[in-house]
Amino acid sequence: MAVEIENAGAIAGPLKVERKSFIRADAVFKAVLGFFAFLVIVLLVWLGIELYLSSREAFANAGFWNFVKGTTWNPVSEVFGALPFIYGTLVTSFLALLIATPLGIGTAIFLAELAPKWLTKLLQPLVELLAGIPSVIYGLWGIFVLSPLMANVVEPFLQNNFGYLPFFKGYALGIGFLTASLILAIMIVPFIISVSTEVLRTVPVPLKEGMYALGATRWETLKKIALPFARSGILGSIVLALARALGETMAVTMVIGNTPKITESLFQPGYTMAAVIANEFTEATYTSYLSALIAIAFILLLITLIVNAIARWLIWRTTKAL
Amino acid sequence: MADDQSAVGRTVLVGSGFSYWRRKISSGFFTALFSSSMLVVLLPLILIVGYLFYKGAASVNMNFLLHRPAPVGEPGGGMANAIIGSAYVVGIAALIGIPIGLFGGIFLGEFPQAKFSNVVRFVADVLNGTPSIVMGVFAYTVVVLPMKSFSVLAGGFALGVMMIPTVLRTTDEILQTVPNSIREASLALGVPYWRTVLSVILRSAKSGIITGILLAGARVLGETAPLLFTSFNNAFFSYSLTQPISTLPVQIFNYAISPYRDWHRQAWAGALVLVLAILIANLGMRAFSRQKDEHSV
Repeated sequence: MAVEIENAGAIAGPLKVERKSFIRADAVFKAVLGFFAFLVIVLLVWLGIELYLSSREAFANAGFWNFVKGTTWNPVSEVFGALPFIYGTLVTSFLALLIATPLGIGTAIFLAELAPKWLTKLLQPLVELLAGIPSVIYGLWGIFVLSPLMANVVEPFLQNNFGYLPFFKGYALGIGFLTASLILAIMIVPFIISVSTEVLRTVPVPLKEGMYALGATRWETLKKIALPFARSGILGSIVLALARALGETMAVTMVIGNTPKITESLFQPGYTMAAVIANEFTEATYTSYLSALIAIAFILLLITLIVNAIARWLIWRTTKAL
Repeated sequence: MADDQSAVGRTVLVGSGFSYWRRKISSGFFTALFSSSMLVVLLPLILIVGYLFYKGAASVNMNFLLHRPAPVGEPGGGMANAIIGSAYVVGIAALIGIPIGLFGGIFLGEFPQAKFSNVVRFVADVLNGTPSIVMGVFAYTVVVLPMKSFSVLAGGFALGVMMIPTVLRTTDEILQTVPNSIREASLALGVPYWRTVLSVILRSAKSGIITGILLAGARVLGETAPLLFTSFNNAFFSYSLTQPISTLPVQIFNYAISPYRDWHRQAWAGALVLVLAILIANLGMRAFSRQKDEHSV
């Protein structure tokens, strides 16, 4: 309170200024602010154009679709096909989503609907902490803890019990699609939790109270009221997490094995779009090699732009429906 | 057992008029299921943080904090130059990210209904989800190629661009919570609008804005991918804006994938220092966001 009074005294001066300059100053001020806001749009457009221009050479050399469809990546003979990386990115991301989605939604329901307030207050910062750990540290843990565990325990177990499935064939190396997907799942779960929790909290309480008053159980109320109401927003959180998984670089690079091959076995090493950029960018010694890597970045940008736009649209639809 | 009970739940929901106990049991089953998923999510967090402290605490020492890396094969050495380098690059990033994010955010917060504001919000959210490695490639083509050298500036540019959406959106949201009565009171006193925003509204939203800036800083502090080919690496202490520099996350990555046991040890030490720095920023954030803004008194 005191501050505001003090303020009013401090700014009494400009009152003497003529009215015209007053209005002009405000217009200039608004324009300056608007300019900075506009810069954000400029930035995204600039990003797209810059990457497109730098990747033109790669697309011109192979043709856009041939570049996307090409299965051979051999910088020595100057053959660049991006399919192994696109495949790796899609497989690891969807597998991660498969693991993270039920856990994330379950946890969100627990935090938003079931847990007592004090427990939510305690657990929510922990979930945020999980989101705040840098990717390189997940990778470090992946290399030295998770990967040996996968090679010695999890993968042999899967092989012994489900070895007839094509996904679980081959040597258990501990580095490859499965380990990368698991690390990714751990990393994206917080995004699903935080957005879904927020969306579930927007479900109007009177609706739920009405359901309880009719004698419904907790689960019935959830299933019939809360989940249908929050469906679009929860879906948005999943798509948002997908966008994160698609672009995640360091942790995946450290555990996926970095081999540009398309295999159906999840035990085998693979490669992702983000990982090949991270690994080979400083080794790209001639322009068409560099251009091919930037082209992969451009494709990655396009995919994540679309996925993000869908996610935002889904989330906005729920939160604005209030 | 589990299948049994979910089947019970399904039949209850399809038809009505089932027994009280069966409905009660299915509700209890799902409550237990959701609670246990919370535990499964927390498990890796405990494992990762626990292992990090166990490995890191044994490796952080004065030598690590005060010296630059020793040549390959020589034991000892540390990450002092990388710690300074990280602070340096994030500082440059802040110079780029904070003004654009802050002023753009003020516009959105002050004119929340404008169509243009909604477009900017959407673009900022999309930009926020753009992979960090793509930002690195962007900084490479925009800064490294023209300058023909990896540099602090290029790393700062990449991280700065990544800070913008976070600062922008938190400023936007916090300004929208400032009650209109404060704006009106100031305007009624004859204060010009620009002065109202800068002296009254910003002041009353101060702690929220600082929280947003800290959040953005903590996020980019741990970024590795955009720095790999922008600020690159450097085995020495360096303070030049136009030279490559060593940063903590990149150093952790390089040491982690190296074949040397001593470097692995140092990678864990570096990881602990990095996580502690981010944790401190988070605690600062909590302190600021708990501190009541003047308008909420």
